[in-house]
Amino acid sequence: MKFLQNILDSARPAVTTGKLKPLYPLYNAIETMLFVPNHNANSGAHVRDAIDLKRTMITVIFALIPALIFGMFNAGYQHYKAIGLLNDAIGWLQFFTVDNFIFGAIKVVPMIVVTYIAGLGVEIYFAYINKHAVNEGFLVSGLLIPMTMPVDMPLWMVAISTIFAVLIGKEVFGGTGMNILNPALTARAFAFFAYPSFMSGDKVWINTTTVEGEALVDGFSGATALGQYASTGETTYSAWDAFLGIIPGSIGETSTLLILLGGIYLIATGIGSWKIMLSSLFGAIAISLIFNLVAPNMISPEQQGFLSIPFYFHLVFGSWAFSTVFMATDPVSASHTEKGKWIYGFLIGFLGIMIRVFNPAYPEGMMLAILFMNVMAPLIDHYVVEGNVKKRLKRLIISAK
Amino acid sequence: MPRIFFEAFLILHMSKTTHIIQKGLNLPLVGKPSDKVNFSEFPNSFALRPSEFIGLNPKLNVKVGDKVKAGECIFHDKSNDKILITSPVSGEITAIDRGPKRRLDAIVIRPDEKCDYINFGKEFPIEKEKIISKLLLSGAWSLLQMRPYGCIANPMDAPKAIFVNGMASSPFASKPSISLNGKEEFFTAGLKVLNSLSNRTILSISLDEESKILTQASGAELHRFSGPHPSGNTSVHISKISPINKGDIVWTISAQDVAIIGQLFISGEYHLDRVIAAGGSGMKEPRYFNVRGGQSMLGFFNENVKPGNYRFISGSVLTGNNIGKEGYLGYLSKQITIIPEGENTDFLGWVLPGFGKYSFSKAYFSWLFPNRKYDLTTKLNGEERAFVVTGQYDKVFPFDIFPNQLLKSIWAEDLEKMEELGIYEIVPEDFALCEVICTSKQPLQEMVRKGLNVLYAEMN
Repeated sequence: MKFLQNILDSARPAVTTGKLKPLYPLYNAIETMLFVPNHNANSGAHVRDAIDLKRTMITVIFALIPALIFGMFNAGYQHYKAIGLLNDAIGWLQFFTVDNFIFGAIKVVPMIVVTYIAGLGVEIYFAYINKHAVNEGFLVSGLLIPMTMPVDMPLWMVAISTIFAVLIGKEVFGGTGMNILNPALTARAFAFFAYPSFMSGDKVWINTTTVEGEALVDGFSGATALGQYASTGETTYSAWDAFLGIIPGSIGETSTLLILLGGIYLIATGIGSWKIMLSSLFGAIAISLIFNLVAPNMISPEQQGFLSIPFYFHLVFGSWAFSTVFMATDPVSASHTEKGKWIYGFLIGFLGIMIRVFNPAYPEGMMLAILFMNVMAPLIDHYVVEGNVKKRLKRLIISAK
Repeated sequence: MPRIFFEAFLILHMSKTTHIIQKGLNLPLVGKPSDKVNFSEFPNSFALRPSEFIGLNPKLNVKVGDKVKAGECIFHDKSNDKILITSPVSGEITAIDRGPKRRLDAIVIRPDEKCDYINFGKEFPIEKEKIISKLLLSGAWSLLQMRPYGCIANPMDAPKAIFVNGMASSPFASKPSISLNGKEEFFTAGLKVLNSLSNRTILSISLDEESKILTQASGAELHRFSGPHPSGNTSVHISKISPINKGDIVWTISAQDVAIIGQLFISGEYHLDRVIAAGGSGMKEPRYFNVRGGQSMLGFFNENVKPGNYRFISGSVLTGNNIGKEGYLGYLSKQITIIPEGENTDFLGWVLPGFGKYSFSKAYFSWLFPNRKYDLTTKLNGEERAFVVTGQYDKVFPFDIFPNQLLKSIWAEDLEKMEELGIYEIVPEDFALCEVICTSKQPLQEMVRKGLNVLYAEMN
């Protein structure tokens, strides 16, 4: 470790006083990532908890990594299966193969690298002009953004979406801690509306380019389960496959099992709010049961089919699990009060499934539901806090009598 | 079976005066003081620091070379010239230290061989005014704090109650049962004095307190509290017993200081003597010591602290002042804590499992060892960041207040919001635990103090 410290020490003069001053935030970020600084408490409490924002963020990354790795395998698996190189019968043996992983990694790793470079570039620029340290929030956003994208998303679109999200979603509001919208979902929403042909439909979820570099013959449908439901009212995927994650979808969203593990880790470490996750579950179940009740009254058979599916289908298909565990729990854009978190989470589950079922243009509703609730969260908090203010006022009036 | 009914009855009966605090945190620190009490050598220097008296604007009454007696005024408050801060010893003023902008830093006194006390009279006056003037003249008034704002009480106010704190929940705090041992008479007399100042005197003690001085104290309404720190903070007691509304004034004092007041009325002399706990991993043998407020700690530290790079805190690790090795014990301090200064950087400390890192969260794997005690240093363990995490403070903040929202209103200097969100009910020490566990390493106590100062300036 000594040699790393020496390298950092030798570079310090150049970035603190020399010509490379604009690079100081970058230098500082690298230095503090390698070595947690030995700053001492000089006001207030003399001892401090070991937790800091870096640890908080890396904990979320730990929780994301299983789903990410699985996503890489799945990208390869779906690809080779689509071009007819896999035999359906052998199943798992064909899933965790080096080929699948390499195919996925070649697709996904560049997306992650591009996201980090684009996002951190903007962050470092703002850190320089606002003279503060680079905030760690983007460590998580930078991983979330590629995980919400289809595997074939062109890298320049990923970069532009990321820059838009950091700039408009975060920095214009004052940077980390001040943003209203979840930055990762802002990036996804931007990509979704700016490049719809790359973000939705039947063709984007699976790479179907053959080894020879030609697109696969027509007639192959790589629709997601929700896409199928929206158009036909039924799906060809089983709930069990969806729970394990061997279905087409955005890179990180498919494996409900591994997302569940990540969620358990976040709850166990106290980093993710269990209140939001649990209430989102309640919300999703509630609306599913309501749909089950009204399904027979629907006119079109597709609607009848989609409305009558059991609630656990909604939990394993699409991105309900991923959004609930990793997106809704972003503490900055979520409700800040504990009571508010119950309402916020419930409505995310409720509205997410509702949009998913009722709007055929958006086969998945979680993104819109969370962004909508991000905007509503301050309002929820306002009423929760107002309750506390009223209680205090009432006490004052009683004591005055 | 009847026993269950009896106990249920007892709980129901007790519930009005017994309060169980759920939220909070007892920091698992090494260096807990034993119950042994030692005499510390009489120091060769004393100092008074005006900055210790919140809300006091000091005006000097002495100059270098003056001889003073114990109980003689050293400086007073410019905005209320009745509030005097008096010398804890007799001796000669040897130095008056000033900081930037000629701010008064410290008044240093070299004590006489034999302490010569001013006699304020042994009689116990009946009239409230005479009692107040005796307290003011002797300087003992400075031991009384007021809420809101947490500054020295204003003798013109009529408080709705006086809260006496007989608890010790903060890390290594002096147990009142040890500190008051042998001072029963003084404590009782002190309570009598407080009773003549207000209609309601409330003594808060721990649920498992056994010392008869406290459990059988006469002249005070007894309330018992249990639970982790901050169950011993006066703000918690006030919030459970008689919450402060806008316009309310409450006075607060610690049980030890009540005994000092009692001694003043019995002996006529102002003895700023306390029995305080000296804890922390830097102490050779953590235990209690007899000390006097304002005394030089150099000799004490030389004798009792291990060699090494330590932080010398007058007060607790949560709220105390860093006085340095050559520092002076605070005038109001009731404990001393010595912990190591943080020195080394931590290679990849935020990524590694962190089996040996203390955290209230479970983000490090040290939670696998729940009973471990830690030798915490003064390291910040990170850097200051914007508020990101929510719901964190609530876990150690047992008030019906939204801490994040209140802090943000303070930050924005929105006076109306501060009032609405309950700033009158808290003082900086109530945010100490929030500050310890804060992910963003925000200086919360400093923020709260600023907020209270802004509000005070606006209201007075």
